[in-house]
Amino acid sequence: MPTHERPQPNKSKQSDAESEDATALPQSQDSDSKEALDADVDAILDEIDDVLEENAEEFVRGFVQKGGQ
Amino acid sequence: MGIETEYGIAVPGRPNINSMLASSQVVNAYANSALAGRQDRARWDYDEEQPLRDARGYDMSRAEADPSQLTDEDMGMANLILTNGARLYVDHAHPEYSTPEVTNPLDAMLWDKAGEHIMAEAARLAAQAPGGQPLQLYKNNTDNKGASYGCHENYLMDRQTPFIDIVSGMTPFFISRQIITGSGRVGVGQDGSESGFQLTQRADFFEVEVGLETTIKRPIINTRDEPHADPELYRRLHVIVGDANLSQTATYLKMGITSLTLSALEAGQLDASLMPHNPVAELHAVSRDSALTHRITTRDGRKLTALEMQWEFHEAATKHVAQQLGSDTDWQTQDVLDRWADVLDRLKRDPMSLASELDWVAKRALLDGYRKRDAADWDSPRLQLVDLQYSDIRPDKGLAYKLEERGRLQTLVSPEQIRAAVVEPPTDTRAWFRGKCIQQFGESVAAASWDSVIFDIPGRNALQRVPTLDPLRGTQQNIGDLMARADSAAGLVDELKGG
Repeated sequence: MPTHERPQPNKSKQSDAESEDATALPQSQDSDSKEALDADVDAILDEIDDVLEENAEEFVRGFVQKGGQ
Repeated sequence: MGIETEYGIAVPGRPNINSMLASSQVVNAYANSALAGRQDRARWDYDEEQPLRDARGYDMSRAEADPSQLTDEDMGMANLILTNGARLYVDHAHPEYSTPEVTNPLDAMLWDKAGEHIMAEAARLAAQAPGGQPLQLYKNNTDNKGASYGCHENYLMDRQTPFIDIVSGMTPFFISRQIITGSGRVGVGQDGSESGFQLTQRADFFEVEVGLETTIKRPIINTRDEPHADPELYRRLHVIVGDANLSQTATYLKMGITSLTLSALEAGQLDASLMPHNPVAELHAVSRDSALTHRITTRDGRKLTALEMQWEFHEAATKHVAQQLGSDTDWQTQDVLDRWADVLDRLKRDPMSLASELDWVAKRALLDGYRKRDAADWDSPRLQLVDLQYSDIRPDKGLAYKLEERGRLQTLVSPEQIRAAVVEPPTDTRAWFRGKCIQQFGESVAAASWDSVIFDIPGRNALQRVPTLDPLRGTQQNIGDLMARADSAAGLVDELKGG
């Protein structure tokens, strides 16, 4: 693909769909207040505690890979 | 463009598994999945592969190559061509998924996410198979014990752009983009023996500035020159220096800002002025600088932060887009430019405000949570486990997916779109033809590759090879009617030859 032309046939065909598509991508926003974030992080940690593998030390030690590219 | 990802593979409690065999089990298991379609295990066609072709203009001899570089020798390794146009195979000791060729960063991200879904399903099936073991796959890039495996990006480029300009223009880009594209890592040094956090999984495994190798002495700029397209017109930039990303925004931006910067380079908007004095050391230094204050020293003695460098690239890309496209600029190009600026702006003000968009920040926020709550230090196995399990691709175990579920990691495409991309090819590249051939006539496809589909048609002596050298032909628009009309592989081949 000649990247400078950035062809996007599936998106540029209909201009209506195009603008919908554009607004369809969620926009980033500044995060909530620091306190709300901290409270949420605590809640997330509790949830993650439930799914974390048992015996972290052994699990991490056992994760051994052969080299790759 | 496209993305190829090697996944980490493990069986808990069994660090010494034969990972080549296990990877083959994963790929072979997927052949039996309903999602793979009906096919007779089409072989990969290596005719056009030249892994020892160097972009600097010469071939390495096979005798002097490291055996791991001879990727065109089919060692009876498992290999599947999927109905979405992707390739699922075993590379070295890892299962690997290559997306179909796509024309834009959003599609690259979508088919890359489809790859996670495919790998997760393949591992699940492999574990269920007779004699199967509980295989787990990880979309990360290191085991923190000295091994690294890659997530490579590919961009088709104009052959006329001199390679030396790519080196001097893109090296500072790859070094500075780590602040956006990093997936975060607990551990410093190739074996992770130094404690601490860094922005990327991959940086410590890069040792030279330019080279052909991908498995040893890894270079920031890789010179493999296999365009899988007309070599007179195109080269393929094979980018091996990036991390595998879980965040949809990170993958989308990685592909978007890199392709825009390459376009600016092709148009002559980039010069060599940002080239660092010591690229490899700067790559490592930027990765280890969570505060984003490290200053990179350029060859002409300027000292710039990675953020400042990224702004220079953003400016060059913006100028290029204005000149090249002006009011015809498509929404996605504009969206990439806008998000890029927004991310740089917020990284400057408060990096942690990117916790719902960038992998390294999302991971860092979790780790900081554990450090605070449990007073855990960087050597804590729990922090190392969080780092590892962030990339677990089982839907109920992967921490990135948990963050997505809670709305703490932003998504740009829906689960329905990802499920569709698991089986359907992109419509606007030759991958559409490849995928549809497997969908409609899988039993008759003897082999395929990026630039060919080879049919074995009953009653005909010779295999029928259909070349697909032009990446933008074989699209739904080109041949949708023809594919709809074809009721057999023989009919399709006859019509293609006649037309």
